[in-house]
Amino acid sequence: MKAKIHVTLKNGVHDPQGQAIGHALESLGFDGVGDVRQGKYIEIDLVDSTEAAAQEKVAAMCRQLLANTVIENYIIEIDG
Amino acid sequence: MNSAVIVFPGTNRERDMVLALSAAGARPVEVWHRETRLPAVDLIVIPGGFSYGDYLRAGCMAGHSPIIREVKKQAEAGVHVLGVCNGFQVLTETGLLPGALLRNAHLKFICKDVHLKVENNGTPFLSGYESGAVMSVPVAHHDGNYFADEATLDALDGEGRVAVRYCGPDGTVTRYHNPNGSQRNIAGIYNKRGNILGMMPHPEDAIDKLLGGIGGKPLFDGLAGALGPTS
Repeated sequence: MKAKIHVTLKNGVHDPQGQAIGHALESLGFDGVGDVRQGKYIEIDLVDSTEAAAQEKVAAMCRQLLANTVIENYIIEIDG
Repeated sequence: MNSAVIVFPGTNRERDMVLALSAAGARPVEVWHRETRLPAVDLIVIPGGFSYGDYLRAGCMAGHSPIIREVKKQAEAGVHVLGVCNGFQVLTETGLLPGALLRNAHLKFICKDVHLKVENNGTPFLSGYESGAVMSVPVAHHDGNYFADEATLDALDGEGRVAVRYCGPDGTVTRYHNPNGSQRNIAGIYNKRGNILGMMPHPEDAIDKLLGGIGGKPLFDGLAGALGPTS
């Protein structure tokens, strides 16, 4: 079983790196680029037998370590 | 007075901190991050650097190291804790201080002298300064952009927990004197009880006229004065 976790800055938290990426895309000639938000992607191999157990464990991992919930949101996908 | 300076792999300001504490008579000992016990001290300092290479987030890994559990216990018991730069980041990651330190608003590492206005000198940390005093000390960081939600910022302001703010040489606080995008020009904050101070600038690097100034010296002298004579 594999957990795929996306960690991004919360809405309302200024993301200057995302903004710089947006400016770079514009300067490369890509038009229609709106707001850009960047973040982290983490994969974890797990030996849990059920998806629910894995989901619960990874959510605890996110709260305690993988994300700083003061400034970041996380999205968890579990692949069986 | 006795003090402990916590050293993680990647910490690089512990020597400057030890020199500053020694000069003030605070008798520092260095404590490696794998230790699980602290000696009996009046002050614990988490110095600057790049603990654990800033992996995941600045200060994050250090915030989960064995010694930090002991630092938390001592802080809750009322021992004074000072976190400078990476040490401030560690204190926010552990939840001992509110908010977080984001990447600098202009994305660049900054290394220069700044002016700080003393907003609340009513703790041992800043007892060596007059209220409203302006000190000149260096900053050296990439992630010093202080962030907290509005309610937290209002609470910090309302409870006198903003210790120092970035300002001009005359003490005026404007966005032009904000080096990193920190909300409300915040450079350092206290916890509720006032026994923990986290700040991004480096007072330990402004204690000698030969090395650019003594703007940070009253912080260490004040601490040593308030936390007792050398035992």
